[in-house]
Amino acid sequence: MNLLWLQSAGCGGCTMSLLCAEDPNVLELLEDAGINLLWHPAISEATGAEANAILQSVLSGDTALDILCVEGSIVTGPNGTGRFHILSGTGRPMLDWCRSLAPLAEHVVAVGTCAAFGGVTAAGGNPSGAVGLQFDGSQAGGALASEFRGRAGLPVINVAGCPTHPGWVTETLLLLASGALGAEALDGFNRPRFYTDHLVHHACPKNEYYEYKASARRLSELGCMMEHLGCIGTQAVGDCNIRPWNGGGSCTRGGYPCIACTSPDFEDPQLTFTETPKVAGIPVGLPTDMPKAWFMALASLSKAATPERISKNAKSDRIEVAPKPKRERSG
Amino acid sequence: MTELIVGPFNRVEGDLEVRLELRDGAVAAAYANSPLFRGFEVMLDGADPRDALTLTPRICGICSISQSAAAAHALADAAGAEMPEQGALAAAILHGVENLADHVTHFNLFFMPDFARLAYEARSWHSEMVERFTAAKGASQHAALEARARLFHVTGILGGKWPHTLAIQPAGVTRVPDAADRVRIVSILKSFRRHLEARLFGGRLEDFAGLSGLADLEAWTQGDAGLFLRASADLGLAEAGQGPRRYLSYGAYPLASGRVTRAGVWAGSGVSDAATGEIVEHVAQSWMLGTAAHPYDGATRPDEAMGAPGYSWCKAPRLDGQTCEVGALARQIVDGHPLALALADEGSVRARIAGRLLEIARTQMWLEDWTQALDPTAQFMGDFTVPKSGRGVGLVEAARGALGHWVVIEDGRIANYQIIAPTTWNFSPRDADGQPGPLEAALVGAPVAEGETAPLSVQHIVRSFDPCMVCTVH
Repeated sequence: MNLLWLQSAGCGGCTMSLLCAEDPNVLELLEDAGINLLWHPAISEATGAEANAILQSVLSGDTALDILCVEGSIVTGPNGTGRFHILSGTGRPMLDWCRSLAPLAEHVVAVGTCAAFGGVTAAGGNPSGAVGLQFDGSQAGGALASEFRGRAGLPVINVAGCPTHPGWVTETLLLLASGALGAEALDGFNRPRFYTDHLVHHACPKNEYYEYKASARRLSELGCMMEHLGCIGTQAVGDCNIRPWNGGGSCTRGGYPCIACTSPDFEDPQLTFTETPKVAGIPVGLPTDMPKAWFMALASLSKAATPERISKNAKSDRIEVAPKPKRERSG
Repeated sequence: MTELIVGPFNRVEGDLEVRLELRDGAVAAAYANSPLFRGFEVMLDGADPRDALTLTPRICGICSISQSAAAAHALADAAGAEMPEQGALAAAILHGVENLADHVTHFNLFFMPDFARLAYEARSWHSEMVERFTAAKGASQHAALEARARLFHVTGILGGKWPHTLAIQPAGVTRVPDAADRVRIVSILKSFRRHLEARLFGGRLEDFAGLSGLADLEAWTQGDAGLFLRASADLGLAEAGQGPRRYLSYGAYPLASGRVTRAGVWAGSGVSDAATGEIVEHVAQSWMLGTAAHPYDGATRPDEAMGAPGYSWCKAPRLDGQTCEVGALARQIVDGHPLALALADEGSVRARIAGRLLEIARTQMWLEDWTQALDPTAQFMGDFTVPKSGRGVGLVEAARGALGHWVVIEDGRIANYQIIAPTTWNFSPRDADGQPGPLEAALVGAPVAEGETAPLSVQHIVRSFDPCMVCTVH
């Protein structure tokens, strides 16, 4: 099956992350899945007129387009023209290219939060008029109408993340290639549920601190980053702490907060990315599926019950007090 | 005179269009267009200064840590904050890993596949190139891809993930490595060295880093480096794509003991201090409104009419009114490495690739030394408070060269944020005086054969700079 990859208005980081795929490497994985890379801006030989010929052949229908991957937001500025991003050598805005190519594709995949929702390119007043392929932030309808469906019947599949985990992209492509990704496999923002049915909170190494609301006060301290440091891993979808990044990492494992980069509008935090907004000293944006009063009651109880080991370690940048299981022998 | 537009120009990071004026089978004039505007400097206007640490890495998915380090240093400069010695060391390891990986990605995925093209079928080295570097299939590409992914495990350990880590902060790093982390990093680096020595160099890194002149370089026949040098000699790449031969480096890797490579400008005879206060960004031939200014006083106001004589969203930075080439070659020349100095006057496609190979060998060795010096018992994070007002500059060396962030803070918010990325220097459009940017000048004279739509000479020259177009305009 044929895959065409376009880089629209983004940073290219989702491709760079994809190239970190391991066992097998991404090129082998695609080949073994029978996915033929028609063209990819970072990988393919074809450049200039050769690349243009490939695009024209898809447009004319001579080459079948099974999967169209778009990485990066679609810029609509200035004034709705899309001319802040003209696909080089073609004189046509990427906005037009996406609108022409998407209806020809069996499946359209938005790779990364920019392509899905606008993402970071839409931050800070959105100077370029960036939108996602089928969403503008959390609003349905982006460069393509909300009614758009690929020829196979699915809406744009939003593999959101900033960047995307290589596994999220490869597994989406593998499922598509094997005909195993249906509408029921997508969540309310059309993200693949195989990774959005999890929260970043799941398997976060700071979970014990969270249980006791033993909080870090500044970056590098081991405690939970929800109360003070802007972490919204309890509300952010993603299996970031279940499957490793780059061999074993994640944002919270790296000592900095989850900023919910898989979510629409994450790019404009209420306060700043690394500080929790509070009302009367209470963090806003507590877990959404738990009554607030219960949360507060449990939090104050658990805070009062915090073992010294946890409260000390939470405020340290390394383990100060080791756990002492009952059966540990002394000496 | 005929005109040729080359685009989409792939195997460069981001979007590039090159317009060529051809005369007598060669390029008579070239115009580099960066056709994407996103406006990060505009986004940061009025933002909490700390947001720059999250947003600016997302300018670029391949220079992400470089952007992060520049932002951290700019904020630290504005606040008078400093990283503890070990925090700076951990930040250097993170940054060095990215730079090393970027060089290897460029060589294997972006630059070399052009030599496997059918057009070179008759050349003696072609079949080896096909086997090693055919796009998406080459054996060296696959080996490099896998080695690169393993190398990035270092960023998994120290930085959580790559790209777009938030681990580097103005006053240090967010994760303290323990003793086990340190030995794991040592072993990951050993594995990467094995890859480099077996594939890329076909010999010891110390031997390549010890080359001291052109004769030494030309005698290096082993590994993929040797294969490149053979093709280069055959195609005359030592005479192709000569840059301005004025090289700028801010000095790489600020450690407590000073920068690991020297900062300065090399222009024909020796190194002088880089007067970064004299940097001016021109906008006369950019799709930008406003006037030429130092980045502290600069503005980013896109000309939505995209009016002439503008032809690119990129501004045109000049130092003392002149263009500068930046990158691995520039860094190694300014640092005074004998091989780089021998290549300085050549300033060619070959020189840029050799400079990058040299830096791959040296960076791997630096990373090994830094990891040995990592002390898990030390302090990695100091104090940082956002100042009410002030200004600061963060100057670092990305894989592709000199990267600067200039921030002005008023009332605790960002009042101005200006960025000059490496490729802003290398691929700048013409300035107010009509002076072409380094790439534009380097392309003049490149041979174009009858019927070529994307002249191979032009492709080699463009890619030899390893442009990062997403950083360029940002």
